[in-house]
Order: sequence, then structure tokens, then C-alpha cells
Amino acid sequence: MTTPDLEVDCLVKRFADHSAVDDLSFTVERGSFFSILGPSGCGKTTLLRMIAGFIAPDSGDIRIGGRSMQAVAPNRRPVNMVFQQLALFPMMSVGENVAFGLARRGMAKEERGRRAAAMLERVSLAGAAHKRVDELSGGQRQRVAIARSLVLEPTLLLLDEPLGALDLKLREHMKIELKQLQAAFGTTFVYITHDQSEALVLSDHVAVMNRGRFEQRGTPQDLYYQPATAFVAGFVGANNRIAGRVVRSVGDVAEVATAQGWHVHARTSGAVAPGAAVEAFVRPEVAVLERDAALLPKEHPHHAGAVQSLLFDGANSAVLLTEELSRFEFRVALPQTGRFADLRVGERIFFSFDPARAICFAAAAAAPH
Amino acid sequence: MASAPAQRLWQRRLVLTLLLAPALLWLFALIVLPHIDLALLSFRARSAPRHYQPSLNQYATFFAEPLYWHIFVRTALLSAAATALTLVIAFPIAWVITKVAQGRASALLFVVCLIPFWVSETVRALGWLILLRESGVLPALLVRLGITAVPVELLYHDATILTGLVYTSLLFMVVPLVSSLESLDNSLIEAAYDLGANGLAILRDIVIPHAAPGITAGCIVVFMLTLGNYLTPNLLGGKNSQWFTELIYTQFIVRFNWEQGAAFGFLLLALSTSMVALGLRLSGQRFVDVMRRS
Repeated sequence: MTTPDLEVDCLVKRFADHSAVDDLSFTVERGSFFSILGPSGCGKTTLLRMIAGFIAPDSGDIRIGGRSMQAVAPNRRPVNMVFQQLALFPMMSVGENVAFGLARRGMAKEERGRRAAAMLERVSLAGAAHKRVDELSGGQRQRVAIARSLVLEPTLLLLDEPLGALDLKLREHMKIELKQLQAAFGTTFVYITHDQSEALVLSDHVAVMNRGRFEQRGTPQDLYYQPATAFVAGFVGANNRIAGRVVRSVGDVAEVATAQGWHVHARTSGAVAPGAAVEAFVRPEVAVLERDAALLPKEHPHHAGAVQSLLFDGANSAVLLTEELSRFEFRVALPQTGRFADLRVGERIFFSFDPARAICFAAAAAAPH
Repeated sequence: MASAPAQRLWQRRLVLTLLLAPALLWLFALIVLPHIDLALLSFRARSAPRHYQPSLNQYATFFAEPLYWHIFVRTALLSAAATALTLVIAFPIAWVITKVAQGRASALLFVVCLIPFWVSETVRALGWLILLRESGVLPALLVRLGITAVPVELLYHDATILTGLVYTSLLFMVVPLVSSLESLDNSLIEAAYDLGANGLAILRDIVIPHAAPGITAGCIVVFMLTLGNYLTPNLLGGKNSQWFTELIYTQFIVRFNWEQGAAFGFLLLALSTSMVALGLRLSGQRFVDVMRRS
């Protein structure tokens, strides 16, 4: 078995009033795209800066390519970082930017010019070496920033929300490009983001981070379909969050009653005793709509609601319902067929969902913020 | 009849002219007019009482007399040295203010640089006299520590003049440096470090190119102030100071030879202009860019 490119061992970093990184251990396999997903302030930037070497951990160890990074300065680590604002050097040309790291290694001018040009070609920027940085578009700059790091052939490339500054259209485009670049180069990427869609689309493995700890690690599919905690269920993808108490359990399905008296059924994660406070999560695409209650699947409990608002967004269109008994706001995805394109606000409609595809967790103090 | 847009344009021009008027008036009355008069003065010679004729005598005197030449070159070289020294001392100060100190500490440091300027230059120079004269604080301290056997005179050396000039000029270097270093994104420094650069390479390739307009602006201001300084070299250097402004003063006030003084004044102006032009040429910058960006 090959050594993982990154091994983090019992890493701790405390600031004055809180633990930014709280006893974290994980490994990242060679050649994989690993994302750390979390809300702002969860400690992901601190973690990344410790891997890069800009912050010293209080305790624990970081090994890159099997070598401990204790007392190794950032300029001597086999790690490069793509910064949030890219941090391209405006006083240098594109070619000089890419060749900067090579020059620091004492490579001859012709050789580093040749390598920089070859690297620019690999990121589809052939011939841009003589341009100034501010002549490039946002996406091109992104590629220069990645080329500048990859030309050094690092063991690990760290990316600190590099798509955050781009507009939506370009972000969507760069997501695909980043994934293709990573596949082409085979370098291990460690990517941090607060955007769950970026993490899901790009990564082989995602760790969801909250309050300095990993809530769950797994493939994007695991996180989406098998969330391990209420935080993950609430943070990854859209979800209806229904807080209530368990009335009874049958097998692994619990009947949950909200304070307003609405009863829903959901699969339980872990042991949940009757009477316990829980949070149930139902994804908008799990629920089905019908104007006639008789057409809904017989085996699932039926609910009724009034259309509160229509959220048209092409393929992601949804409708916001107000459940009849509890006035609870419930989001249901509209089918792609356009069957409910004629829904009107205020209309009464029935919906149901498979309890096996909904999930409930014991309500913890750690609610998503 | 003028159309409405043309009238609006005319109104805007009028407002702009009125706003600029005080500055233009000041520039004309206090800078341009006296200089025209000085230029006329410097190019004439008295042939008989109250009779003058055009002449290059004053300039010829300057080039013929080695003492004038010597003082001219000495002033230029010492001013350049003072400017370089000020830059070397001000750069770390500006760096600490912008990149190391946080929040209030940074503001406090800036105020510390400013405080000496609350007292007049004369009083500051007198402060140096108290510290450095033979019976002053520093020579007494040196004797007490056993470094010198008897009190030494620390005034009236070139080093004393340089110290005084650097001290007087420091703020004028720190201010443009702080403003140019403030705009330097810290992530550029981190990125360079991350890509394998050490401190020296970061300074050479990232920090100095970014701060170049601020460095140039600070050097221009300090050089001009130093070159035209009269008080500090005179008080700290005494008879040995041999500063070019003292020659001008002597010609105007002591010798009452306004024509010669005016010629010296113009030579000093030519010196400062050509040195600044040379500095800009050497650092590859344009004056307009430097003044706008710093």
C-alpha cells in the first residue's frame, strides 16, 4: 500500500476563546480530490493554513508524503496553495508568475521559461506568457494561479475557496475545468469551500467540518444520501428540517410529532427512544405531489397543504407549501415534466414521501447555525 | 442662443476655474512671479550705480570659484546620502506600522513618528545641541561609561548634520511608504513564501516593486527638503556645514549681492530638478504616476 499524501494526526489549534481545530485526524490518498466543506468560522481555513505551514499547530502532527512537517517552513514544504484572491503577482508577467517558484529553486532562466510555457499550454493558456496579469479574464487568472503551483510538481495542492470571487456562470464553468485539471495532472488536491455544490461536484471524498471537527467523511453520495448527523443533513443539499418528538417507533421508522401537532414518519439514525426530541429531514425531491389524494402511493402517509409560493428555477424548480394542520413550511421539488407548471398560489394540494428516504436524528445541541 | 448642454458645460468650467483660482493665484504670486524676477536678477550685472546690463557674470563666477563648486557638490552628495539613510531607517518603521503592528498599536506608532513635528525645527535642532555639545548629555555619558577619557565634541561633524537631516526628514519618508505598503496584499507575500521564496527574495521581487512609487515619492520629497534645508545644517554643522543654502543666504543678506544669490538659487533649482529626473530615470518611473499612486 502506498503512503497517503497527507496524514493529519490529532491536530489541535486553539485561539483565545475557542478551538479552531479540535483533535482532528484524517488521511488523504494519493491522487484524490479531497474537499473540506463547512460554514465560515468552522476552522477549515485554519486547518488549510496549518497544512501550508502559515500557522503552527498547538499539538499533533502533519505528514506530507510520509514526512513530518514539524518545523518545516512554508517555503520548504512540498505543498503549494491557490489563494482565495489568487494572489498573482501584478508586478510580473504571466510567464514570470508561473516561473517564480522555479526561479526560487535556482533553475536557469531558459529552462524555467520553457517549463512555464509548457505548463501554460497544459492549462490552455499557450502564448499568454508575455501578457500582464490584469489583461487576463477571471477564469484565465484562475488557471495561471493553478499553473504557478503545479509547475513545482507539489505532492499536495491546497485550494482556499478559489472560486469564491467569480460570478456564478464562470464558477460553474471553472468547477468542470478544475475537475478536469485534477484528473489530467493526477496531483492530490485538498480543497476547502463553504459551497456544498462545489464540494459535491468536484470531490472524490468530502469531509463536512463544523466547530473544528469533522462531522462526517465520505463520498459525495454518502453525504447526500446517508448523512451521519443532523448538521450534515442540514448543510449538504436542500432539506426540510422538522423538529419534534418521537411518538412511537416501528422497526427503524419513527413517528415524529411537531409542537403544532403534525405527524411525519422518518427512518431513525441511531437509537431514538419514544418521547425524545428529534429532527427529521426530508429532501424536497423525495416528496411527491398530487392534486387528488387517491393518486398518491397507498403505502405512505399522506399530507395536505396550500401553495404558499412557487420557486421557479428551471430544472431546480420547487414549490413552498404550508402544511394544513401545523402551518409548517415544506418545500417540494416540482417534477421535470412540467406537470405542475399550472400550480397557483393558495391552491390545496396533497403530498407524501417514503419514510425510508427521510431521516431523523436525536436533537443535539449542535444545531446548524 | 447657446443650447442647454453647451451652457451646462460652460457653467461647469466656470465652477472649476473658481475652485482652482486660489491655488493658481498662490502658485503664480508666490512661485512663478518671484522666480521670473530672480531669473532677471541673475542674468544682469551692475555697470554703474542704478545701471544694469544683461550679463552671465554671476554664473561665470560660480564656475570659476572652486569653493562654490565644492560646496555645491558636497551639498548634493550629503543630501543624497541623507535620503538613502532616511529610506533605510524609514522602511522597517513603515513595515512594522503596516504589516506587524495591529490596530491601535499601529496607529500609536504612527503618532510616535509624528510627535517630533509638533515642535518647531529650531527647537528640535536645539535639542540635538543639548545632547551632542561637548558639555552635553551624550559626551558626559561616554565619559561615565569609560568609552572616552574626556568629553568629545560631537557637534560640527558631517555625521552630525546627516543625523539631524535624517531625523527631520523621517516622517516625510514614512508617510508615502506606509501608504504604499498598506496597499500591498498580504496574500502576495504568503504566496511568494509558499512558492519557495525566502525573505530576501520576497523583499526584492514583491515588496520593493510594489512599493516603488512610494519609495520614489518619499525620496523626492526628502531630497528636496534636505537640499533646501538651511536651519539644520547651519545649527548642527556650524561653520563646517558648508551647505549651499548658506551661500545663498550670505549673498542675499550679508553681501547684499542679490544678483549672485539669485544665480545660486537657480543653480540649486537646476540641481534638484536634474537629480530628481535622474532618480526617476534610474528607477524607471514617471513623475505623474509616482505623485498619483503615493
